Amino acid sequence: MNIHEYQAKELLRAEGIPIPPGEVATTPTEAEAIAMRYGGTVVVKAQVHAGGRGKAGGVKLAKSPKETRDVAERILALHIKGLPVQRVLVTPAADIASEAYVGVILDRASRKPVFMVSAAGGIDIEEVAATTPEKILKLPVDTRYGLQPYQASRLAFFLYDDQKRVRAAARIMQGLYAAFMKHGCSLAEINPLVVTPAGDVVALDAKMVIDDNELDRHPSIAALRDESAEEPSEVQARNANLTFIKLEGNVGCVVNGAGLAMATMDLVKYYGGDPANFLDIGGSSNPEKVVNALKIITADPSVKAILFNIFGGITRTDDVANGIVTATKQSPLKVPIVIRLTGTNEELAMKILHENGFSASSDMDEAVQKAVALAKGAA
Amino acid sequence: MSIFIDNNTKVVVQGITGRDGSFHTKQMIEYGTKVVAGVTPGKGGQTFEGAVPIFNTVADAVNATGANTAVIYVPPLYAADAMIEAADAGVKLVVAITEGVPVLDMTRVYPFVKDKGARLLGPNCPGLITPGQSKVGIIPGRICKPGNIGVVSRSGTLTYEVVYQLTRAGLGQSTCVGIGGDPINGTNFIDCLAAFEADPETKAIAMMGEIGGTDEQDAAAFVKATMKKPVVGFIAGQTAPPGRRMGHAGAIISGSAGTAAEKLAAFEAAGIGIAKRPMDFVELLKKRL
Repeated sequence: MNIHEYQAKELLRAEGIPIPPGEVATTPTEAEAIAMRYGGTVVVKAQVHAGGRGKAGGVKLAKSPKETRDVAERILALHIKGLPVQRVLVTPAADIASEAYVGVILDRASRKPVFMVSAAGGIDIEEVAATTPEKILKLPVDTRYGLQPYQASRLAFFLYDDQKRVRAAARIMQGLYAAFMKHGCSLAEINPLVVTPAGDVVALDAKMVIDDNELDRHPSIAALRDESAEEPSEVQARNANLTFIKLEGNVGCVVNGAGLAMATMDLVKYYGGDPANFLDIGGSSNPEKVVNALKIITADPSVKAILFNIFGGITRTDDVANGIVTATKQSPLKVPIVIRLTGTNEELAMKILHENGFSASSDMDEAVQKAVALAKGAA
Repeated sequence: MSIFIDNNTKVVVQGITGRDGSFHTKQMIEYGTKVVAGVTPGKGGQTFEGAVPIFNTVADAVNATGANTAVIYVPPLYAADAMIEAADAGVKLVVAITEGVPVLDMTRVYPFVKDKGARLLGPNCPGLITPGQSKVGIIPGRICKPGNIGVVSRSGTLTYEVVYQLTRAGLGQSTCVGIGGDPINGTNFIDCLAAFEADPETKAIAMMGEIGGTDEQDAAAFVKATMKKPVVGFIAGQTAPPGRRMGHAGAIISGSAGTAAEKLAAFEAAGIGIAKRPMDFVELLKKRL
């Protein structure tokens, strides 16, 4: 789960990380009032779950309350990577002497959280990694023992020479690690970590991604979810316990299991079609899940054909068949449907489908080709 | 022969009285797996289906029955404890089926299990099956048949799809292993490939990867450097858009690391046969046997 910059900053402040003040506005008037309180130049920052905010015009300086209002109005009208900007963070502009990058990322290869720091901050860290990897220090942390003081200071010494800054940065490393662990993150990032002309080390931006599997353990973090910042069909799917991602094509796919779902999309493409979505109904399916899946798929006007691909293991194919029958009785389909199912209770599923006027096959290749052809015919 | 499990595998089921645990324990027993014990704290002394003794702890179960393998069906927030408990009790293979285990939990579990000298498979995996001998987990037994193909995969139902097609084409399997789709898992492709290479029964390997991470690229390098047996591979998620999660936490493409194109290029460079569709495994494997 993504959380917004202003939310991540709250969590980091709670660990003692120095962060300049900031307030959230949802209207230009609110933004103006906040700028009035701070006085001087402020930065107005779009709060949206997308990278590249700056390039998209979502981060702007404003020298006066009046200008803040104008800038906020423009930013609040933006869509960044398709997502509407509904909030801006208004924060006093900071003078910057130097910028660094500090991040903790769960690393698959070492099976540990890995700290990444670089004095070349403020820009795309992936670019630094690609062009000048020697400017990045990577340090894995054994979570059984936590981030040791010597590790925190090693990270800090990589960024700074001055003793005072090193001590301040080491405390920030400890705070970032504490927040990462406490809230179940898969990523926690400060970019940039800056040194002010006065010599203070402060975090100007923050990003945290929470492992979805941790949310049951952290209800206060789960409550930070901003559904208005997400694709509506994806929110609906999550609330129905389905994994759904909207794509650009016209073949609506309903599959059980993520690997098979991706392989099905690939096969649609292989035969010259274009998948409209990724949808995984998961393992232990019940008819209700299938009903919800069909609702979400049929709500997409670009879908010209629906493809079911179910390999029954834990999933009972008769449950899926019953779901298809129930859903189409509630609201008859306007586009053709191709059903492939095999595995647990296959005979029963076929019987249910045939009795209700559906045809179904047990061959994945054949079903995908048929769905692609139908989508093309209707397009 | 086979890898990881065979006729001598004695299984203790953690979470045997739960919904999934009880269902799949019955399926495992039906398949012929030696399920010797179950664990549900507070239900020690009872029996499962009148046949399998239930214990309060894995240590009790191991002491009383000599179980050497644990399979875990407990809910996600209790799964880390269950894995550590199993390894601490001296079990040599820990198979975690549970989906939704917090990834940070696994950063503690993995080194613990390793230090105990045990093997962890999963979490979020379908388990494994040595056809005709033993199945530990949830892979449907009837789609498998004994034979010479080693199967290793990050996915559940995609594995079933491929195994089903192999079986229909007369290609039986030595062992099928689902390593799971989570970012941190106990056993990776290389572990399985090395075991298949050493297993005299296995003549060729079918490997199903997906986008995200570098496990497949590492596997390809391993194949090139050390393996003599033929390998055929598939990557799911070739059409997945960059930067989007596709259900498995593992299937994240970030930047250039972990794209399907990168993985397929690594396969190609290692001489691994590339199945463009799941159904292509049959012909590619037949050619190489």
